[in-house]
Formats: sequence, structure tokens, C-alpha cells
Amino acid sequence: MSPAAGGFLDRVSGRVKLTGWLSLAAPLLAILFAAVITAVVLLITGNAPFATFALMAEYGVQPRSLVLTLNFATTYYLAGLAVAIGFRMNLFNIGVDGQYRLAALLAAAVGGTVALPGPLLIVVVVLVGVLVGALWAGIVGLLKATRGVSEVISSIMLNAIATGVGAWLLTPALLAVPVAGSNNIGTRPIPESAHFPGFALIPGTTVKVFGFIVVAILMGIAYHVLLTRTVFGFDLRATGRSESAAVASGVNVKKMVLATMLISGAVAGMVGMPQLLGASYSYSLDFPAGLGFTGIAIALLGRNHPVGIAVGALLWSFLDNSSNILDLEGIPKEIVIIMQGTIVLSVIVAYELVHRYRMAAEQRRVSRELTGGTGGSGGAGGTATPEGAVSR
Amino acid sequence: MREAAISIPTEVVAQPAVELEGITKRFPGVVANRDIRLMVRRGHVHAIVGENGAGKSTLMKILYGMQRPDEGVIKINGDPVAFRSPEGAITAGIGMVHQHFMLADNLTVLENVVLGSEPRKGGIAIDFRAARKKIKEISDAYGLGIEPDMLVEELGVGARQRVEILKVLFRGARILILDEPTAVLVPQEVEELFDNLRVLVGQGLTIIFISHKLDEVLSVADAITVIRRGETVAEVDPSAVTARQLAELMVGSELPSPETRDSTVTDVVALSVEGLTVRAPDGRAAVDQVAFTIHKGEVLGIAGVEGNGQAELVEAIMGMRPADGTIHLADADISSWSTLRRREGGIGYIPEDRHRHGLLLEAPLWENRILGHQTRRPNAKGPWIDRAGARGDTERIAREYDVRTPGIDVDAAALSGGNQQKLIVGREMSGDPVVLIASHPTRGVDVGAQAAIWDHLRAARADGLAVLLVSADLDELIGLSDTLKVILRGRIVADVDPSAVTPEQLGSAMTGAGEES
Ligand SMILES: Nc1ncnc2c1ncn2[C@@H]1O[C@H](COP(=O)(O)OP(=O)(O)OP(=O)(O)O)[C@@H](O)[C@H]1O
Ligand SMILES: [Mg+2]
Repeated sequence: MSPAAGGFLDRVSGRVKLTGWLSLAAPLLAILFAAVITAVVLLITGNAPFATFALMAEYGVQPRSLVLTLNFATTYYLAGLAVAIGFRMNLFNIGVDGQYRLAALLAAAVGGTVALPGPLLIVVVVLVGVLVGALWAGIVGLLKATRGVSEVISSIMLNAIATGVGAWLLTPALLAVPVAGSNNIGTRPIPESAHFPGFALIPGTTVKVFGFIVVAILMGIAYHVLLTRTVFGFDLRATGRSESAAVASGVNVKKMVLATMLISGAVAGMVGMPQLLGASYSYSLDFPAGLGFTGIAIALLGRNHPVGIAVGALLWSFLDNSSNILDLEGIPKEIVIIMQGTIVLSVIVAYELVHRYRMAAEQRRVSRELTGGTGGSGGAGGTATPEGAVSR
Repeated sequence: MREAAISIPTEVVAQPAVELEGITKRFPGVVANRDIRLMVRRGHVHAIVGENGAGKSTLMKILYGMQRPDEGVIKINGDPVAFRSPEGAITAGIGMVHQHFMLADNLTVLENVVLGSEPRKGGIAIDFRAARKKIKEISDAYGLGIEPDMLVEELGVGARQRVEILKVLFRGARILILDEPTAVLVPQEVEELFDNLRVLVGQGLTIIFISHKLDEVLSVADAITVIRRGETVAEVDPSAVTARQLAELMVGSELPSPETRDSTVTDVVALSVEGLTVRAPDGRAAVDQVAFTIHKGEVLGIAGVEGNGQAELVEAIMGMRPADGTIHLADADISSWSTLRRREGGIGYIPEDRHRHGLLLEAPLWENRILGHQTRRPNAKGPWIDRAGARGDTERIAREYDVRTPGIDVDAAALSGGNQQKLIVGREMSGDPVVLIASHPTRGVDVGAQAAIWDHLRAARADGLAVLLVSADLDELIGLSDTLKVILRGRIVADVDPSAVTPEQLGSAMTGAGEES
């Protein structure tokens, strides 16, 4: 009820924007803080913090690691965007996880069975993913719009159902075939003509950067344009800020809930595509799981801003990849999970601190300008002149 | 500067309850308070008046610990204090009722009162039984007439106002700050409130009272401080000034008159409503078989005590609430149209609660210009937002409606209440509406701005605008309306001729006392 509290929550969810260098200072501070915490944990567990960080950094910048960082980040970015779209409207789409897994599974199955020329098949596979993701999220939207069911509850349940449906579909009786040379099972592999071409962007390794990174970048641009330049995006943000005001302004909130969930789900449906079309070419039991939750953390980190989400995705992915060296050195790689968790928490705290600092600094600046001036009213070019302002 | 003779110093009892010395508060681009001095005696109703954005609410938020002054000293009962939060102020016996209501609609009075005040630390369980008893006691002691188990959404504005007051009394406040408590009250409710206030000060409480309604100020206040652009410009004795002089002190202009001169009513129907019925959740008819017609160039006033169906009526016309009956906009039956379509069809809407329905508080002014007009020029081109168009037009509104702001990129929350209202009025008068649904269009604006808004309304009316005017300000209703209807318990109970009625007659018609046939 207190206005101050509302303001804080809005800042946490990134609806209050920071400008200039301060928007960079906050995350940097947070990362520094997370590093300190991680160092402490390392010390307690009897490892040398600096040596460990150096090890990770060294491993992380090797060409192969860099490519993998970009590739993971592509996936994370899409997951972050999917979550962020919901966040901007106060919709908490926890269901990205189930949406992308089901989407990837069905898209993979279509890709492995339908006979089409390569590029066309790629388009069809992506479209199937997008459609399945949208439909699965659409259930959540429909339940909320028509029955008022909390999207948090229904999307958690749909995650569980997606897991069940996936396990049922991925049996030899239905969609699965044995994966050659292992006792894993997966969907029929997608023919080579429909593999999404990658780039040899970084010299010194044979691993290619996912071509899908281009699609991810385009999605980021589309997200930004949609939210800030279109009437639909305005309605979406307005609903997120004040539902009652949005209703009075003519926004049909139920339609917006449904549309937003469909879009969020459609983007979620793309989350599995870089991996499917760029690396594994089939959906098997070891297809990456849990990306939806990573997406939530990354959307928070990036404050729902397209560039912020990209930075968050890259950072997250870099930590994931560089931690692979730790096991070899006998250091538990879970240390990175601690670090990632701390970053998310401290980013929230840091943004708040920076926000307060900025408010104070601005007021000091204003007062300096005002006392430096003639001492007349409205010094900073502020208040309108009163004389003649009142018409009779 | 004017220092009117203060007659109180001879009284020994009246020692200062609140002293503010040299209070200064700056916001980005604005000095809200500049070296303010204020002394409030115990057992007084002390009024603070000043134009919109003068810094009244800011000063009170500082006293209540919601904002910290950049400079200055606050003394309560002679002791210097420095509040870090409202909790500190509450402990010191200060309570505040805000300019905008802060009650949760879906909770009962009891829950609202207790939730706000239950101690932050300590016991987890709330003792509702004791709280209910205490609410009863306070309500009886001060004649507030409040039932602890009513849902807040069922209460009219006058009752809500009393709940807010009870809430602060419940916390043990001895110094009450009331920020524009009468903005939506009709005269009878104002009288009741003032009776309550007199009981309170009679028992030794101190009240600081902010209002733009100068007659009320003069009738209830023991002392008046005038603030102008962040500075105290005068201390006046209410018995020594007239409302007119007070207005001149505030804004340097005369008291406005809402008088409409010539009739501009045409015989072209702009909006007609037949058999409109709106049901409350409990099945009761909040609006019952209402019918009326507004012609181009006509202002139809709806008079009534708040909570008699005005809000439901307005929201039904805007398509925000399901309703039975038919609504025609010119020749088109719009009963099944969405809110958006009605707005696009040329209905402008000034909502009664600007924070809930009129603004995105955390969005910049230019985005607020788009709100409610997001599909139309100059804000949009097809599916795209036209930033340049919206920004340019926001500048125009700020100019024409005298919205005092450092710029159009500040958030709406940073504007003073009256300036927020001016922005909304300016927005809804933009784009040549054919019908304007105006609920309390001058709520919370100062006398000067009120005159300006009336001028805008009259000019638009002369150009053929049809206005449905809901207001608690009887002078405004009588002065602006061409036709006047009285609403009571959801029904239109009387038609009144605005040129022949006095505010007193209208007031009694509204309570059903003088029901004319
Ligand atoms: N949170 C804020 N951030 C920036 N500026 C603010 C903030 N709150 C108030 N102001 C500015 O301070 C000035 C004084 O505002 P205040 O709300 O105290 O006016 P007021 O006298 O209560 O006016 P009204 O009669 O319209 O309610 C205004 O210029 C307003 O824009
Ligand atoms: Mg105010």
C-alpha cells in the first residue's frame, strides 16, 4: 500500500529504468560482490580463490569455450526473452520450461519424419516449435483470462504435464527410435540438408557458432520494437503498470493476457531450436532441460531489457562453460551455481543502491544549480511561470 | 506579505503542537518547499492553502516522515524530531490521511484499520476482537458512525474518509493531517466531517487541513497559512479575510465563477441512455433504470451524494462494467461496444479516481498522453506509436492547461495532485471528443486552474461538445449544467432547473429530503 514499496518492486522487476553509466555500474558491482562471496565459499572449502578464478578465466577464453559460450548464450537469450515478455505485463511465465521441451520434442519428430527440401524443412521445424510453445502457453493464458487461474500455478502444473507427455511420446511405440551407438533413445534424426548452418567465427577450433545466433539477435530487436514502438507493446506495458488504468484506457486485459502468453510461449518454443538444428538434430533423453528456469534468472539479471538480457545470457553461459575445468582440478563445479545465484540476488540489491544514489545525486545537482543561480524560482528551467498562466 | 492580526497568543492553553522551521525540500527540477515556517497550536484546526504544486502535500509528507527534508527542523510539542519513516511519526502521535485514498477495497473496515497499524514486530496473531471493540469505541467517542465489518468497497466516499480518519485515531494520533479530505464530498458530508473535526479538536487533538475550497477553509479553520511556490507567504486569521482575498493571496487572481452564459444546447442528440441498469456483485441494482439524453452543446449535470450509483453509471457508459439497457452515441447503438471502440467513437473520459483509472504513475507524462488514446493520432500511426507526435502534443497540453512540470519526461507520480488532474483534463479534451464523461473534473485543482478548466469546458461546449458532468461541487454543477438531474440510490429522482435552484435546495434534493415530484 505504501508507494515506496511499490516503487521498489517496480525497480526489482526492471520497470524503472536507469540511465547512463549507472545502468552499467549496478551489474558490475553485483558481479564483483558475487565474486567476493564465491571467493569466501572457496576459501572455506579449502580452495584458493584467485587461482580458481584464473583457471576458469583461462579455460573460458579458449576458442572452443568461447564458441560454446556463444552457443549456450543463444539458447539462454531466447529463454530470457520468453520470460521477459511476460514480466513486462506482470505475468510470471514459469512454464517456459515445459513449453520449450514439448515444442522441441514435437518439432524434432516432425523434422525427422517429414520429407521436405532442407531450408523449407528448417522453416517447418521452427514453425512447429513456435506453434507448440504458443499453444502450451496459450492454455495458461486461456485459464487465466476465462477462469482467473493464476498463471504461476497453472504453468507449474503444465511443466509437470509436459514432462509426462514428453516421456510418453518419447517411447519406441510412438516417436522414439534407438540412438545409434548408445542405449539412449530419441526422435528420428533430422536429415543433414535441414541442419542450420553454423559459422566458423572463432579461429582455432573446429566447433562452429550456431547460425541460430542471428535469429536470436533478430528476436531481441523484434522484442524491443514490439514493446516500445507499437501500440500493442504500449498496451502490454500499460497493463503491467496498472491494470485498472489500462482497462479504463480501452485495453482488453483478457485478450492481452492471452496474446502475451501466446507470444511468450512462441518465443519459448524457439528455445530448443539452436540445439536441435545446430547440434543434436534429434530430441533424445539427454536434451538440455531446465532452460526455462535459467531464463527467469537471466530476465531478472537483464532487467527485461533486450541488451541486458544478452549480457546476462553471455555471462551465465560463460560461467557454465568455464566451470567445466573445475571438475578436472578437483574443485566442485557447483561453486558456479552459487556464484550465479549470488549474482542474481546482488544485482537486485545493486540496482536499488544505484537508484538511491542517483536520486540523491540528482537532488544535490538541482540544489547546486538553484543556489548557484539568482535564487529565483524554478532555477533549473523548471516550473512554469505563474504570471499570465491563469486564464480568466 | 500579509500578517493579519493573530488573536490567539493571549490563550495560554494553545501552545504549539507542531513547529516547522526553515524546511526546504528539492526534487529534480523543482524546489517543492523553500525555507517554510509553520506553527500549529494545539487544539486548532490549522488550514494550509496554496495553488497546485505549491508544496502542501510535500510539506505534510515531510512532517509525516514519508519524505526527509533537505534542510530544516521539525518540533513536536516543543521537542525537535527527525523522522526516518512514518512509523516514527506515528509513534510521536502524528497521523495522515492522504490526498488519494489508501484503503484496500476488498477488505473490511476492521481489516483495513488493523492491517495498517498492527505493530511490525512481535506478535503474529492479530487480536481482531479487541480491535473491533476499539474501533467501536473510537467511532462512538468521536461520532464517526463506522461499522467495523463493512466491506470498504460498499462504502461511499464520505464514509471512506471517516475510515481513514479512524485508522489514524486507532494508532493513537493526536495530530491529524488531512490532505484535501473534502475534494469529493458533497456539502452535507463536508458538514458532517467538520462536525467530527470539531469534536476532535474539542478533545484536544490538533488538525492540519489542506483544501482548495476556500469557503470551507474559512468555516472550519482557526488559523490559515498560505503557501505559494514552496514558500510561506502569509499567516491569516480566518475571521479577518474573505474567500476572495484568500484566493488573491494564493494565486493572485479572483475567485472564479462557473456561470455559463448563453445556452448552446442544440437539438442534435449526442448521447442517449435508456433503461440502464447496473448490478452490484450482490445483485442489488447500483444503477436502476436510468434514462437521459444529452444534446450537442449541452452539459448534463448529475447531482448526488457520492456512492449513489454515479461511479457505476459512468463506468457502464464507458463500457468498463456490464450493464443492461441501451446506450446510443448519436445514431449508433454502442451498448455492445468495447471501451476502446467507445473511446475511438469520440467519448472522452475524466475518471473520478485519477490514480486508479487515469494515469500510469510510473510512466513519463508523454506516455500518459497516449493512455486512452493509443490508437489515434497524434499518438499512433497504424500499429505504431508516434513518439514525436505524442511528445509534441504533451508539450501543448502542458502549455494550454498550465501543467506545472519540469518536463514531459518526468513520471506522472512526480506531479502534484492538481497538476495530474490538469494533464488528464487536457488529454481527454484533445482529439475533438463528441461526448465528454467528466467525473469531478476539477477535483483537487486550485481556484485558478478550476477557472481555466471551466473555460475550456465552456469553449468546447460552444463548439458542440456534449458533457455528462458528475461532481460533488454544487456551484460547479449549477453553474455549468444546462440540465440537472439528481441521482439517489441508483435512480434519477428529480430534474432540477439549474437557473432556478440554489445550492441549498439542490443539497436537500440529493439526500431525498426535498424530493420533488
Ligand atoms: N516525488 C516527487 N518527485 C519529483 N517532484 C515532486 C515529487 N513530489 C512532488 N514533486 C514536485 O514538488 C512540487 C510540490 O508538489 P506537492 O505535491 O507538494 O504540491 P501540492 O501543493 O500538494 O499541490 P496540489 O494542490 O496539486 O496537490 C510540485 O512541483 C511537484 O511536481
Ligand atoms: Mg497535494
